[in-house]
Parts: sequence; C-alpha cells; structure tokens
Amino acid sequence: MGSIAEFFQHLMNGLTLGGIYALIALGYTMVYGILKFINFAHGDILMVGSYIGLFTFDAIRGQTMGPWTVIAFFIAMLAGMLFSAGLGMAIERIAYKPLRRATRLAPLLSAIGVSFILSNMAAWMWGTKSRKLDYPFDNSPIYLKGVSITPHQILILAVVIVMMVALKLFVDRSRIGKAMRATSLDQDTAKLMGIKADKIIAITFAIGSALAATAGFLIALEIKVYPSMGTMTGLKAFVAAVVGGIGNISGAMLGGILLGLLETFGVALLGIPYGLRDTIAFVALIIILLVKPEGLLGKAEKEKV
Amino acid sequence: MSKLLDIDSISVSYGSIKALREVSLHVNEGEIVCLIGANGAGKSTLLKAIVALEPITHGSIAYQGQMIAQIDENGAKKKFGVPIRRSKGLSSNLRTDEIAGRGVALVPEGRRVFADMTVEENLDMGAFLVRDDELIARKKEEMYDFFPILGARRKQKTRSLSGGEQQMLAIARALMSSPRLLLLDEPGLGLAPLIIQDIFEKIHIINREDKVTVFLVEQNASIALKASNRGYVMENGVIVLSDFSTNLLENEKVRAAYLGDS
Repeated sequence: MGSIAEFFQHLMNGLTLGGIYALIALGYTMVYGILKFINFAHGDILMVGSYIGLFTFDAIRGQTMGPWTVIAFFIAMLAGMLFSAGLGMAIERIAYKPLRRATRLAPLLSAIGVSFILSNMAAWMWGTKSRKLDYPFDNSPIYLKGVSITPHQILILAVVIVMMVALKLFVDRSRIGKAMRATSLDQDTAKLMGIKADKIIAITFAIGSALAATAGFLIALEIKVYPSMGTMTGLKAFVAAVVGGIGNISGAMLGGILLGLLETFGVALLGIPYGLRDTIAFVALIIILLVKPEGLLGKAEKEKV
Repeated sequence: MSKLLDIDSISVSYGSIKALREVSLHVNEGEIVCLIGANGAGKSTLLKAIVALEPITHGSIAYQGQMIAQIDENGAKKKFGVPIRRSKGLSSNLRTDEIAGRGVALVPEGRRVFADMTVEENLDMGAFLVRDDELIARKKEEMYDFFPILGARRKQKTRSLSGGEQQMLAIARALMSSPRLLLLDEPGLGLAPLIIQDIFEKIHIINREDKVTVFLVEQNASIALKASNRGYVMENGVIVLSDFSTNLLENEKVRAAYLGDS
C-alpha cells in the first residue's frame, strides 16, 4: 500500500489521540476562562475518574457477554463522569474557593497540593500497578483500503465527537451555558445580571471534570490506568489548551486535536524518536508562545482601564 | 413620596484610602436623581457599593425599606488577610446577584457589554432572572422598538458596535429585567453630544412611561442636572451639596466648579 494509506493511518491515530487531549484541554480552558487560574489537579481528577469507571465496569459487566456488556460500558463511563464531577466541585469548594480573593499564586499552590493528595491516595488505595480496562469485545482492526481502524478508535472518536458537540451546544444555546460565557467575559457584570457566579463556577468544574473522566476512561480502554497517569497527560492537555488559546473552548478542541496529530506525525513522518514523543508538545508550546502568545484562537488581552 | 433607596452614612475604603466617607443620600420612588462630581470623587464607587460590588466599611443601605447592606461598629472581619463581606451578625448583607433579583439594575461605567456575545445574547443575559421565555421574547421586541439600531444588529457581535450603540445596549440589557431602580454610571461618557441627548431622552421616557426610578452619576453636570429632579454634588468622597436640580443649576458654586462659568 502506498503512502496515501499510510497518511490516513497516521491521521486516524492522531485524531484519536488528539480527541482525548481535546476533552481534557476543555476542562483547563473552561476553568481558566472563568477564574483565570490553572487547575493543576485536573489530570488527577481524570485519573480518579478512570479508576472509578474501570472498577464500575468490572463490577457490573457480569460473566457472559451480550448487549448488556455495551450498556455496562457506558454506565461505567457515566459513573466515572459523575464521580469526577462531584470530586471537581468538592475540590473547588474546599481548596480554591476560600482563596478566591487571595493572591493569584495561592490557589495555584493549593491545586498542586490537591494533585499530590489525589495521586498518592490513589497509589495507597489502589496500588501502583497499572491496569487496563478489560474490554471483552473483539478489537481486531477493520481494513479500509489499507488503513486499519480498530473498533476502539471508532468508539473513542464517536464519544469525543458526541461530547464536543454536546458541550458546544450547551455553551452556545442554553441559559446556563450563556451565563458561563458571560461570567468568563466579565464576572462583575454577570453578577449584575443576577447570575450566581459561585454556582456557575461549580458547574464549570463539574463539566470540566466529567469531560476529563471521559477522557480517562477512553485512555483506560486504549492504554492503561495508574495513579500518576494524570501528570503527563494533564500537562500535555494543558499545553493543548494554551496552544489553542487558553480560555477559548473551540481553541481547546483545536489545540488538542492538533497536538495529537503533531505527536503522531512527528514520530511517523519526521522521524522523531518515540522516546522523545512527549517533548513535541512542549516544543509546540514554545513556538506558539514565541509567535502567537495568545494562542491560535485566543484574543490578545487588552489592558483594562 | 416613599424612599426607594436610602443610603445612611456609608464608607468604602481601598486599602488605606477612603473612597467614600459617611455618605448619606436617598432616592424617592419615581424620581430621577443625579450625582455629579469630578473624576475620582467617588461617584462610581457609590454605585458599586449599592450593588455590593464594593463592600462597605461603615453605615447601611436600605432598598424598599429593607436593609441590603449593614456594617456594625467593628467593621468587616478578616479571613486569610482578606476582608470578608459576610460574617456572623452581618448575614443580612445581600450579594450582587440577590440585589439584582430585587429589581436593581446597574448600567456600569464604560458600558461593559459582553463583547464576544451578540446583541441578542446580551439581552438574554439581562433577562437571566426572568424564567418566562414568552416574556423575554416580548421584552426583546420592546427593546428593539425602543432602540431600533439594536434591532438591526441583533445577530452581530457586540464588539462591532459603536460607543453610542453599546451604551444603548447596556441600557436595554438593564431594562430586560424590568427593574424598579435603574442606576446609570456615566451614560454620556465618551459620546457625541447628539447621542448623549438621545440617550437622556430615552432615560426620561423610561422614567415617565415605565415608572422606573433613576439614579445616575455624571461628570457632565449640565446635562445631568437638566435631566433630573434632584441632585447631589460629591467631592473627595463626601456629599457637599444637595438640592433640587433647578436650584443647583443656579447655584454659584456649582456654576463655577461644574458648569464652566467663571
């Protein structure tokens, strides 16, 4: 098969990886948009969400395989999402909210502390051995004109697309979604409209954390789950959010997908050694910060008068 | 006439600087009252204090006869080195969104429209507390009739509007909640004289026909006094004069300091 098939192969792999980054990046960007603060515990919320999803699936899927297994899979994903949403809101309430009027560095340090607590608690409770979601379905690739696509990839892409479309519709059309945008644009004026900023912030954390849990569950399916999994994944998704323009929802989606493609094509076509794959994201970050510091879709911050 | 807004001896501080010092004033139901004063006199701070965007350190604010903010003699308590607005015994202090819910709408200084949202979405935000979709749709049509230029631009992003159009949008957005008290912070700032005139005419119509009480803050003393029933003059965070606007227009001190007469 020629290089065109190879190109589409990498495109497919890159999109899958990028979709996962994008889901995580959304949480960083939404929280930043409203609080101007980076939630460094976001990657660990993802980790907890993937463990919960994995445990739930193991508990409910039963012995025999059948239509129930598919339903159980999505129930498990939902369980991870709900748990993480609650966790995200609790963290905000306990570790960030009391510091809302303190110096900007304080919540950042608090977030790093929460990150350590979560990953160490996970190691303590669930061990450091990595696990993989024991997915019972056949994952042998389907060949389409020389491009191999695994059912997992299709599942991941489908979930990513559904989540992104749902989020976009929610933020653009719904009353609460519009209030989220208003709060992120100008918190004081949003309050003047009668919007409860605290409630909007809590919802933002819930949604961002649920998306991270979804991403974590998809990672569990394709790669593996371990207590420190959130660190590098989270860091790279954060880079994706900055590359796309932090605070901008479409930017996070674009940045995530772009980063997935860059990593895949960087290794495959540019011959970057696989071991250096993780550096691609940070090189991309440096380049973006030099050329367009506000990110691809970000707007240059105007001086406030 | 009953007092809709009654401010009793409030102070606001920024660190060690006292922006407002024991300011008292009131606005009666149905009036247009203006507050004039030089740049930096504390006018905007007063409006922010009314809607709890600035915490008061002394005094009390009553709206419709109910306390919305009140500070005891000890002043605000502190937590993590940061003053907190709510502490034991002060739980009557309302938050900004709660005050908005009682029917107080502020058109902030510099318009502060949501720039990345369309004209229509800005109006939707103004009606955030209105849960009746039909009423919101009707209100929006009313606003488009009242400010035709907004109707023509309803799907446009707000950042593309001119200063005057943004001011009209900011007023329309405030009216979406059908407020009883409309607070306006420098509605004429940076606008051409003809547009200022237009905006003040609208304010009059809002006051007369919709029975909305108006309290406005202006640097442009002449237009503010001509548009209002009563006026207050603020200097360095203190009210130095208060009278009917017609009298203030004749007052020598006001004429010399704010109306450009020598």
